[in-house]
Amino acid sequence: MKEQRETILQAKSITKKFGKVTVLDDVNIDVHQGKVNVIIGENGAGKSTLMKILSGVYSDYDGEILLNNKVVNFSNPKEAMENGIAIMHQELNLIPYLSITANIFLGREITNQFGILSTNQMHDKVDELLKRLDCNLSPRTLVSELRVGEQQLVEIAKALLEDAKVIIMDEPTSAISDSEVEVLFKIIKNLKTQDVGILYISHKLDELFTIADRFIGLRDGKMVGIIEDVRNTGKEDLIKLMVGRNIENRFQKEILPIGDDLLGVENLNLIQADNKARYLLKDINFSLKKGEVLGIFGLMGAGRTELLETLFGLYPKLSTCKLTIEKKEVNISSVQDAILNGLALVPENRKEDGLVLQMDVSKNISMVSTDRVIRNGFLNKHLETNLARKYIDSLHIKLSSEKQLARNLSGGNQQKVVLAKWLANQPKVLFLDEPTRGIDVNAKNEIYHLISQLASKGLGLIVVSSELPEIMAISDRILILSQGKITGEFNRTSANEEAIMQAATST
Amino acid sequence: MTTVKSTLIKFQSIIALFVMCVVLIILSDKFFTVENGWNIARQISINVCISVGMTLVILTKGIDLSVGSMLALSGAVAAGLLKYGLEIPSMNTYVGFTVFGAILAGLAVGGGLGVFNGWMITNFKVPSFVATLAMLTIARGATMLWTGGFPITGLGDHFAFIGTGWFLGIPMPVWITVIVVILAVILTTKTKFGRHIYAIGGNESAARLSGININKVKIWVYTIAGILAAVGGIILTSRLDSAQPNAGMSYELDAIAAVVIGGTSLSGGRGSIMGTVQGALIIGVLNSGLVLLNVSPFWQQIIKGLVILLAVILDRLNYANED
Repeated sequence: MKEQRETILQAKSITKKFGKVTVLDDVNIDVHQGKVNVIIGENGAGKSTLMKILSGVYSDYDGEILLNNKVVNFSNPKEAMENGIAIMHQELNLIPYLSITANIFLGREITNQFGILSTNQMHDKVDELLKRLDCNLSPRTLVSELRVGEQQLVEIAKALLEDAKVIIMDEPTSAISDSEVEVLFKIIKNLKTQDVGILYISHKLDELFTIADRFIGLRDGKMVGIIEDVRNTGKEDLIKLMVGRNIENRFQKEILPIGDDLLGVENLNLIQADNKARYLLKDINFSLKKGEVLGIFGLMGAGRTELLETLFGLYPKLSTCKLTIEKKEVNISSVQDAILNGLALVPENRKEDGLVLQMDVSKNISMVSTDRVIRNGFLNKHLETNLARKYIDSLHIKLSSEKQLARNLSGGNQQKVVLAKWLANQPKVLFLDEPTRGIDVNAKNEIYHLISQLASKGLGLIVVSSELPEIMAISDRILILSQGKITGEFNRTSANEEAIMQAATST
Repeated sequence: MTTVKSTLIKFQSIIALFVMCVVLIILSDKFFTVENGWNIARQISINVCISVGMTLVILTKGIDLSVGSMLALSGAVAAGLLKYGLEIPSMNTYVGFTVFGAILAGLAVGGGLGVFNGWMITNFKVPSFVATLAMLTIARGATMLWTGGFPITGLGDHFAFIGTGWFLGIPMPVWITVIVVILAVILTTKTKFGRHIYAIGGNESAARLSGININKVKIWVYTIAGILAAVGGIILTSRLDSAQPNAGMSYELDAIAAVVIGGTSLSGGRGSIMGTVQGALIIGVLNSGLVLLNVSPFWQQIIKGLVILLAVILDRLNYANED
């Protein structure tokens, strides 16, 4: 074996901005041939953006990418693939009702001189590729019949067809079973001997040690360190590399007296819709008091959003839970029930789930509390305008008039409209799912202050966030979720970044 | 500049209507007469009734292809009950129907078919296109069964009044249509139900998370579409003094055309009842004008198709920067 492996792909001084936000700041990394190069970093560290630049999804960036010491600039993923860089996405991009062969040859089908597909020739080629991966699936199998792990093999085979020199794998083990993970790792080792460079992203620190050859740490869009000596590295070293993010603002929620029991959750379970044997959430127990801000932290796929959605009555058929509100047992089997019991949910994706973008702001604000703007059975413009103005003023929503369409507001102001919609219904418990995602620093700060202010009025708040500094700044208490289970609980004094990350990565 | 442009966009249907009228007044001396005016109004009244229901459906991002067949079946049921009553041999009973009773029964049939459409779409998640396509043939078949394939005629003067009578100098179908339109405008702009229709069409997921009962709203919308198709069926049957088994064939296409020309988006959440009324007027005036100008019926169809395309292209251009 060669001692010194060659660098096959290099990123030099890569900087990428979205508007005013710098996502990657002067990042230098190199991918070694025949090695598993692992990128670690918290959610939002810039890993996905970097992968998208390397695989040609984003062609607009500062800096240089060198492939075999030659500068390249891919304008699309197809071009990157043709040059030997393949990406295996978290969500697989396969067409379910086509065969494995048809998927692998999609867009580069072999045809004869009459333009008719040379099906047998393609099947033979795919058969050969699958054999190389120690896989005995028939090339004629429909992708819809494959399990997720097998679908990943198809993606890898697709990369091999193009003679990929680098394969980027984004969280490849997040959706597959343990035995499938073993198969995948065997294939990865196999690919290494064929001199393919693997660029691997994962949050599952434990499994990384069986596969990684080197670690590259990203934090706040900056490269923070490389560990080449994997053997003498422990989990603590990786966590140190991940945490310690800078916060632009040093907001800290003030400590306020906490009131009576508000919400009690006992034995909450949620099963997966298409695989009833798999638990997305298991044995969740916790409580929330009036005036308390409970933070929920977890890495991608931990079940954070699902927890809020289950409590909000979105999965009545898949979940079980004993729920008490103000010490009275309640049954919530629909969103309507949840709202009647004083719950409110500000969802993660405000554009997809929070707002009707083509409606004006006042109509969006009165969406939940429509009954409040009805007089004599009819919607009353005057009442509706007043309600909207009240919240536009108190939340400092910046707009020209309450008749402005929601789509024309900035992200921060849109988020405030969603908040206003729920506050107008005067809830007792407010669930906030990633309340500051994609909004600027000032709006973030305003939302932190608002959270604090609502708590001081006796509301109970549950805030899900994947940003560690944020969750520490706003929470009175923090629950840690990992793979559907609570793996840690911290209060103000016991919370520190490393301990939280330790809990979030444990199984 | 921008305000001029947005005003033009806002009133584009009315402007189009006005231009068409002016051209027709110049080209034909028969167009601008009181008689022709009432003719057009009577002709479009049925389409307006159906199109109003269609607008509600399309606002929720759905489609209802069965309105023509529902119109035929409810008209035939009303006519049949009025003329022959209802005989139930197994129970040895006979029920006679007054004009009022027959009309109610017709409306109930339309409403019932609408409920069925809505139930299929919400409970079994059948796409509205498929569910109402099935209803299109089911209700047509049922009409054939009910009528035995022959028209039911001779329904009496009282019943004929609905389609041919005049009240305060205005034809009855126009009265009915105006009432339908006023109620629909109130429903869509002034009630919680109307607001929920727009919210569901605009963003179903956000509407669900806001506690709106999506299924209930949708079932009601298809029910109203069915009832309004029945209203159209009763007007038509009354006007012809005959329930034709093949009445209302392809009426769904005219209704969709009126909705689309009126600026309601097929992707839901945007549009208005008054827009649809303008759309129906444009189609009505166009039909009448082309007949007065002796344009061949073949060309009439081609021109109607082109107008629909033009309307949608204009709509796309106006809202291009939103998508």
